[in-house]
Amino acid sequence: MCSLALVPADYTQMKINQMENKTMEGLQIVVCGTLVPDPLQTLEPVTTPTGPGLKNETMLPSVLDPWAAHSLYEAANLAKKVPGSKVYLVSLGPKAKLQQLMMTVAQKVPFELVAIDGTAGGFTDAMEVAKTLATAIEAIPGLDKTRLLVFGGCASASRDAGVTMQLIGEQLGITDQFVGVDEISMSDDGSFSVLERIEGGQYLASTCAGAPAVLAWATGSLPEPPNNPQVGMANMRFVMPALQKAQPAAVGVGGINFEKSEVPAQKRATRIVKDVSADVIAAEIVEWIKG
Amino acid sequence: MSIQETRKTMSMLPGDEVRQIMWRYSDRYDVQMAVMGARSVARGLVARLVADGERNTHEWTAAKNTMYQAFDDSGITAAGLDTSYGGIIDGPRNFALALIAYELSWVDGGASTTSLVNNLALAPIVEKGTPEQKERYMTLCCPPQPGEDRKTWRGAFALTEPLPYVGVDTGVLSGKVRVAEWKEGEEPMLQVEKRGRFITNMEAANFVTAAVDTGDERIKSSCMIILEEGDEGIFDRGSPTLKMVHQLSNTCDPIFNLKVPASRIVGGYTIQDGQIVPNLNHSEIIEAVFSRTRVTVGVMTAAKLLSAVEPVIRYHRTRFRGAVGIEEGSPRYDLGLQMKEDALHRLADLWATGEAASSLGFETTRLYDDITPIEDQANAQLAEAGINGGRAKMKALREPQERAIECIQLMMLPEGERDESRVQELYDDVMVRYVWLDAITNVLCPACKLWDTGHGANMLREAVSMMGGYGITEDCPGFLFQKWNDAQLEATYEGPEVVQRRHISVTMNNPVFLAQVDLWIHNLTKLAAEQPESGAAALAAGFEMWKWAQKYLSTAADASGARLYRNQRQGVLFPLTDAIAWLVAARSLIADVQELAQQGADHPVVGTDIKGYVNTFNDLCNIQSARAAGEVGRICAELFYGYVDNAEQTGGAAAEFQACRAKLDASLAGSKLAKDRAGKALATIMIPEALDYPA
Repeated sequence: MCSLALVPADYTQMKINQMENKTMEGLQIVVCGTLVPDPLQTLEPVTTPTGPGLKNETMLPSVLDPWAAHSLYEAANLAKKVPGSKVYLVSLGPKAKLQQLMMTVAQKVPFELVAIDGTAGGFTDAMEVAKTLATAIEAIPGLDKTRLLVFGGCASASRDAGVTMQLIGEQLGITDQFVGVDEISMSDDGSFSVLERIEGGQYLASTCAGAPAVLAWATGSLPEPPNNPQVGMANMRFVMPALQKAQPAAVGVGGINFEKSEVPAQKRATRIVKDVSADVIAAEIVEWIKG
Repeated sequence: MSIQETRKTMSMLPGDEVRQIMWRYSDRYDVQMAVMGARSVARGLVARLVADGERNTHEWTAAKNTMYQAFDDSGITAAGLDTSYGGIIDGPRNFALALIAYELSWVDGGASTTSLVNNLALAPIVEKGTPEQKERYMTLCCPPQPGEDRKTWRGAFALTEPLPYVGVDTGVLSGKVRVAEWKEGEEPMLQVEKRGRFITNMEAANFVTAAVDTGDERIKSSCMIILEEGDEGIFDRGSPTLKMVHQLSNTCDPIFNLKVPASRIVGGYTIQDGQIVPNLNHSEIIEAVFSRTRVTVGVMTAAKLLSAVEPVIRYHRTRFRGAVGIEEGSPRYDLGLQMKEDALHRLADLWATGEAASSLGFETTRLYDDITPIEDQANAQLAEAGINGGRAKMKALREPQERAIECIQLMMLPEGERDESRVQELYDDVMVRYVWLDAITNVLCPACKLWDTGHGANMLREAVSMMGGYGITEDCPGFLFQKWNDAQLEATYEGPEVVQRRHISVTMNNPVFLAQVDLWIHNLTKLAAEQPESGAAALAAGFEMWKWAQKYLSTAADASGARLYRNQRQGVLFPLTDAIAWLVAARSLIADVQELAQQGADHPVVGTDIKGYVNTFNDLCNIQSARAAGEVGRICAELFYGYVDNAEQTGGAAAEFQACRAKLDASLAGSKLAKDRAGKALATIMIPEALDYPA
């Protein structure tokens, strides 16, 4: 159902394949995304009785995973453009932490939360996470796969497996999948074109006949929306009931064994140099950069 | 193994979940969202403005002006409005506004003032305005809703005037209102002349609520009156005040000479015998306004104190990293200046002060939210009984005061010995609740303004000094130098320290408040017996000492036979007001920590670490209670012995005083050990890798 083409990063006009003529209906955009520790926090791997984790993990302030956040903002933007569309946010995380996260995220864009109570830690298996999320998506009342776009991050700030979205797609039987997406353009007939990041600063331009599809987003192009209390209060009508009925999920409890975890080493090689001119120092730095 | 070695301590600085429990808003999602909205503006736009040097000019720049839009977008503006006029907080608005001010002040006090001053301008109208006035100005001040195309109105509150009256007395005004035209059967037109000084928000104000005295025998009294920028006459915003603090708020010295309809008199007016009689004079309105808004100013300084803890830890801990010979993993690398006890102890003092200041501020705002509907009910009951006005009201409240005292005294009896149905009956009585809460807030409110800002400013100087030379540079993380400077304004505006001391010197003698002090002593003594680690013993002893001194001084005379306890004897009364302010702040902190201990254990996020949090908070309570008790001991000793020529002249009272003082001194047992433990916690507590706002 897709056609692919390589285009440079400054690509502006995309050739749209001839699609069969059909009327555009509202989309059901399901965004998969959960919390990760605030990246400013000190993240220190430790071994806990239940396996690897982060020091003080429960208490670490959280943010919505940045990649998932981009996909949420893109989803809301797309939903605004396509009348009758609706955005769902499917989140797997400790529900008390999700609740706290929603005090900020719910003020950003309109969505309906589907909460699953389980770990959001990085020490989980992408397959079990994908199965859990796919099951939750299937259970959304009134789900219509012919209108379904599954959004999420192409990576994650917690473990960065890079395959979760594809696995969700497989679980849902959705084979049109796009990874590293920065842009989606919808046509009136329901078909859409996508720009995916590839190596060398280029995009892979694709066209797709229409939903269902999985889009694993890179950063997109939208800024973080400012907090809007009216949006927040509207979302909260669904957020609190969703949290109350969140089902527990057995994710991150056995099945996979992590032998070792560590943060990337920080290297600081300070050298005190005296009586050397700035030009000499600059030349040395240039050489060092050149390798 | 001693308690020093075994006790678990706080592993991370308190996050939102901890604060929501301590400050009682776990179940208020609207308030939590308002907090997050304010935080995003504070640590985003506002921090960037400060970091970009926007504070380095008195002028109101385009960049500074962007704050208004950010406040509108994030709900900060709407938080001050009734929900029926587009507001977003239904219920605890004093508390919510204090939290918003806290978040903004965490980064910059001037930005906080800019957000609050619109509420201050509206407050006379909100509190005492006519329905038409409320409708007009609250609607105009509400940010436009989707589909609306209009500008949000901003307001300014104009009370202060240029010399010679500036800062003298809010009762003295040179601004005047006169009758300009009064045609038969039509509404009178008034001419308002007012020169303002230090008027905040004037650069942007579309309307001003101005205090003016009558300058015409056809107008009976002073009033507050609403001026609009389109009114006929002079609406001169004036030149910017050359203030050296709070540069993210705009302040000018405006000049008004405007013709306005009499319907602009706040609260309305009647015509009696050919005279315009304002329903409320300006003092009555100011009293209603300032009684609430100045607490928030105290909270602003409190926020700065707590905001200083993380930057100081980071600076101390990383102080030697990168130096030759300081190897990774060595104590000097890991702990830096935190190897030194003094650095830890001084920071513990700062932290404890910030906690107590915040607890006092938020407790007071919650009490105001409690009292607001009760006050309305009480006033309705009084009006129904035909009781209006000051003296008649005071007389009518004496009886419920007696019942409030009865209720308090019954509550001190052991369970089983007291008449529970009587307690409940008294507690449920609107008039009893009103006089009781009124007595407490009438001390807590000025105490918060006085202690949080006054002592807070002193402690912010400590924070700056803890950063060494870094502290006085623009690069200092956390903008500590600016915060210290700003605190001086916070100690001044909305009534400087002397005004607050004067207020407390009257209200602390309310018999209901004195009974409440007895109840606090009773409860703290009980808590000290059950939880010696809570710091309650020192605080109970401090309250006892204060109560004894207050009673003794109220009848004592100095060496020349002159009475000590008189209005004009500020050398006696004001130190006592300082003492009670220390005590109530420490008490609020203990109350918050007790709440955390009770509610936190079952909390899904906080529960796993609750012991560490409660233990370290208890240590901070200990530090603060001991410091408060120490201050009270010193103050009372100076007052007791300071007005006689020699100690023998104190007569039989000396033994009583010394017993009380000895008890207080002994109650300090363990307080330094608590400081050691708090210091150790500070040396191990996990902090983020970097501050979450630019510096």
